[in-house]
Amino acid sequence: MTTPLDDLDKRLLRALARDAGQSAGALGRRLGLSQPATWRRIKRMEAAGVIRGRELRLDAEKLGFGVTVFLGVKLALRGRVSLEDFERAVSAIPEVQTVEHVLGLYDYRLRVVARDLPDFERVLRRRVMTLPGVGDVEANVLLSEERLAGPL
Amino acid sequence: MLDNDDRRLLRYWQAEPTLSQGELAERAGMTTGRATRRIARMQELGILKGVGAVIDWVALGYAVEVSLRVTLDKTQGNAFDVFLAQARQVPEVIELQTFLGRVDVRLSIIARDMAHYQQIYRNAILTLPHISEIEALMHVARIKTSEGLPL
Repeated sequence: MTTPLDDLDKRLLRALARDAGQSAGALGRRLGLSQPATWRRIKRMEAAGVIRGRELRLDAEKLGFGVTVFLGVKLALRGRVSLEDFERAVSAIPEVQTVEHVLGLYDYRLRVVARDLPDFERVLRRRVMTLPGVGDVEANVLLSEERLAGPL
Repeated sequence: MLDNDDRRLLRYWQAEPTLSQGELAERAGMTTGRATRRIARMQELGILKGVGAVIDWVALGYAVEVSLRVTLDKTQGNAFDVFLAQARQVPEVIELQTFLGRVDVRLSIIARDMAHYQQIYRNAILTLPHISEIEALMHVARIKTSEGLPL
């Protein structure tokens, strides 16, 4: 970003991360800014890529997805398996919400959502364990989750 | 509880969270009034919590992201609560998750560079209470990020 964020930008960003459904006018009133000034600041942060986009926040449990599991996946035949093939195949599984390439004990970290434990077992056995090159898999069942505001 | 129309609305909205309710209704092939009523009902039920902006920390100069997988000393009865309360105070911690499994807690930490990360790790993380083991996974790339649900 060419110009760093000032205090008002940071407060605006924090408010938008919590709720992006508010109008620029309502946001501005709380921060003591006019509607056009607020709008300009939002556009500038979008253009600079600081605001990557928007996401819809749903209550997974109320929608019948009672289980979230994080999988650490190690590839079995590193070098012989194409990472692109693995990434393409794993990303195509609807229950896999996020795929991160990591360095350390595992090669990939996956976030998997399922209706219940039997449903998770089905996804694990039929979809994940059959992926090209998959080796060791470690599963941790999510109990609670908090998103924090971060250094703003 | 939800019917196919509700699910269709959520599917379209999940794929394009910037759509207005009018645009959403059009995509889903229903009148705006009908879509608005359904959305309001899902909000009342707490299914739909809202739309939030996604911050790109890399664009803000935080180039490093590390996942710290922490095992706690569970002989201390309140280890979880004390650890979490203190971890929440570290500004660079952007996510806190607790698990059932080999790992007890995971922290997502962001830093400007490796030197900054080292500083946070030494001063703010290693000083957290009741840690028995820490493993670090360094993020290389995000391949899929939509946390969409398979509705």
